Amino acid sequence: MANALAISTMDADGRPIFHDATGAHHPENGTLLGFWLYLMSDCLIFACLFAVYGVLGRSYAAGPTGGELFDLKLVTINTSMLLLSSITYGFAMIAMQSNKRAAVQSWLAITGLFGLAFISIELYEFHHLILEGAGPQRSGFLSAFFTLVGTHGLHVSFGIVWLLVLMTQVGKFGLTAANKRRLFCLSMFWHFLDVVWIGVFTFVYLMGVLP
Amino acid sequence: MSEQLDLTRLIFGRLTWEAIPYHEPILVWTFVAVALVGVGVFAAVTRAGAWGYLWREWFTSIDHKKIGIMYIILGLVMLLRGFADAIMMRLQQAMAFGDNLGYLPPEHYDQIFTAHGVIMIFFVAMPLVTGFMNYVMPLQIGARDVAFPFLNNFSFWMTAFGAALVMVSLFIGEFAKTGWLAYPPLSGIDYSPGVGVDYYIWALQIAGVGTLLSGVNMIVTIVKMRAPGMTMMKMPVFTWTALCTNVLIVAAFPVLTAVLVLLSLDRYFGTHFFTNDLGGNAMMYINLIWIWGHPEVYILILPVFGIFSEVVSTFSGKRLFGYASMVYATIVITILSYLVWLHHFFTMGSGASVNSFFGITTMIISIPTGAKIFNWLFTMYRGRIRFDVPMLWTVGFMVTFVIGGMTGVLLAVPPADFALHNSLFLIAHFHNVIIGGVLFGLLAGINYWFPKAFGFRLDPFWGKCSFWFWLIGFWVAFMPLYVLGLMGVTRRVSHFDDPSLQIWFQIAAFGAVLIAIGIACMLIQFYVSIRNRHALRDESGDPWHGRTLEWSTSSPPPAYNFAFTPVVHDNDAWYDMKNRGHQRPLTGFNPIHMPKNTAAGFVLAAMATVCAFALIWQMWLIAGIAFVTLIVSTIVHTFNYQRDYHIPTEEVVVIEEARTRQLAALNG
Repeated sequence: MANALAISTMDADGRPIFHDATGAHHPENGTLLGFWLYLMSDCLIFACLFAVYGVLGRSYAAGPTGGELFDLKLVTINTSMLLLSSITYGFAMIAMQSNKRAAVQSWLAITGLFGLAFISIELYEFHHLILEGAGPQRSGFLSAFFTLVGTHGLHVSFGIVWLLVLMTQVGKFGLTAANKRRLFCLSMFWHFLDVVWIGVFTFVYLMGVLP
Repeated sequence: MSEQLDLTRLIFGRLTWEAIPYHEPILVWTFVAVALVGVGVFAAVTRAGAWGYLWREWFTSIDHKKIGIMYIILGLVMLLRGFADAIMMRLQQAMAFGDNLGYLPPEHYDQIFTAHGVIMIFFVAMPLVTGFMNYVMPLQIGARDVAFPFLNNFSFWMTAFGAALVMVSLFIGEFAKTGWLAYPPLSGIDYSPGVGVDYYIWALQIAGVGTLLSGVNMIVTIVKMRAPGMTMMKMPVFTWTALCTNVLIVAAFPVLTAVLVLLSLDRYFGTHFFTNDLGGNAMMYINLIWIWGHPEVYILILPVFGIFSEVVSTFSGKRLFGYASMVYATIVITILSYLVWLHHFFTMGSGASVNSFFGITTMIISIPTGAKIFNWLFTMYRGRIRFDVPMLWTVGFMVTFVIGGMTGVLLAVPPADFALHNSLFLIAHFHNVIIGGVLFGLLAGINYWFPKAFGFRLDPFWGKCSFWFWLIGFWVAFMPLYVLGLMGVTRRVSHFDDPSLQIWFQIAAFGAVLIAIGIACMLIQFYVSIRNRHALRDESGDPWHGRTLEWSTSSPPPAYNFAFTPVVHDNDAWYDMKNRGHQRPLTGFNPIHMPKNTAAGFVLAAMATVCAFALIWQMWLIAGIAFVTLIVSTIVHTFNYQRDYHIPTEEVVVIEEARTRQLAALNG
């Protein structure tokens, strides 16, 4: 709107101006707003999966319960991986503001490694559960569990691929305006996944081990 | 040997020659007809040497106007398919009594009613609504394109390929036999082991991605790209309704995506979300799908309310009555549409207090809707009304829609709903609001904005014929269903025993024939108008004495819409400009910054569709390859940073001077 106000709507004689003859009006770039809207729609997908977990979370079908299955120590380590990756992404953004390309690349690489560690631990956990006979087909509870946690994991995996692509692009084209905007979008995406994980950790794991 | 078999299975999955329904004469003849038409169109385009032109100027276009027109063409083509399904059902029900089993076996009839619902909502109403928002909204807000032009092209192709998947299911395999919302456990793997439900799921997922991205695109366009001076409360009502609809799209479609993913997991991986055993809960599906489904109804009707608002005010020659109340009514409907989903299944048995809550919220929606009706009536009051075709559709809508709205309030009463749930009364009700509301509005919009898009009007005689056949046909076709519903006849039945009901079905079938004539009149209208385009030509760009900015451009508008961005002082911006003697600028043009065409949208959507088709038939190898290709192509696309160019000043000058001469010839 700042742009719109900069354009005069009346001429010196108080007659209305109907055209922006100076060409001063440029619509703002909408990428960040658009990406934010996309994130909110993604948030609704997670909201649905949380609601489904809320409905089916205690439908054990005489199978194992969260209290029997969840290894809170492992999940806490995993959570710290993701939280640390958010911090390191933040450092990458700070480096970006002062146009330090090498620092941006290093922090992004560290972020990616933390992300990779998170995914690896999650896959290990899933593998272990399935070996124990607690796969997604065992009960409504486990279907909802694997789908909610797995969807988050898929998002993180996708984020890692995106991160690699962006690192290539920053390496090739530098910290251009377009690349900064892209880094900003991935930043929002990455922190968003962190927030979702806080929900998963609390509602699925912590509350899941309650009797 | 077994290795070879495994490879065949990996490539072809469960697709065998058995999947081709050559033993069904109806489908064979349909296929022959479709193939003949397809070959004819293909030959005609090839003979005209138009493939290159279509590819460069249309399929790869990121111009919101061309994408809008493609959406509308898609919607009209699919309307013919959806209506073919409708008239087949009417015919079956009119004859299948007692010993006469009709001409459709039940498993075929079930596919037809499912396809009819899916096509009419997702591939007729949605593309038409999205098409209008694409074409008209950027012009109304004085913008040169949408916020994300490439995404817009991609969204269109996702919708179009989703429709293509439904069409493919007609000739390869089968479509779902579950009804248009595919309730489990019927849609689960135990009761629907075939590919029908998978076609349903993937067609909707593909099209749903397109719809969601288009929703994001439109919101950003409206929020960020309005002309200077156009505050929120100076936006045209159509743009307001487009904004609210797209907010609904972004807030509702993810729920559909999620619930269809869960259904796919149940079907493909044997999870237990909606199964009857091991802790599944089928009613959860029905809750979730209606949390999307009810807002969807308003996604369709709100933009159409916007079209009626533009039409009423233009053809009454008056400012819209109660602009602010119209805007607030739209917003209230947007919010309330999320608080009523349970009225689709009062019979679930959630108890008196829950049912009362949802019954009352449902009834409350009739208040803002009623306010809109009164606003339109007061706009007409003491106006100089011109009964051109768009206005006829509007008046027809007001009469028809109010009846549909009242039966809706009746159904909102839970005890009444217990008697009428899933009866033909319900069918009559929602056709009453969707045909009498959405469809009439879309047809009004086609007649209203056609001259803007093509530079000539549609023939009014055939337009009026189409209107009267549609209107009368609608009443004849659906009033009997109200009667039958009150007598307790349920939906989705392909054969009846009680001969006393037959007369009502025969009347309804006659109504469907009248509607068929209405559709034929519309097609004749297009043909006659194109033939007489010189006589119907509109040079002014403003044939109806319009009030909003789209009428300030030439018809059709130049690729860049506005050589100079308009400055807005009033919510009827163009009417204000005409009134206060604006002068069209003739000099001082600048180069104009525009996005470049790209094939990426088409290619990515096509790959997504190949992947979906492979998943439907469980061709795992092909699905995997298609998915990887899709991801890699997307990444490659992001390496293209040169996505825009400048239209040079000289080119703008040539176009604008041609327009100056056109206007001078008109006035001189």
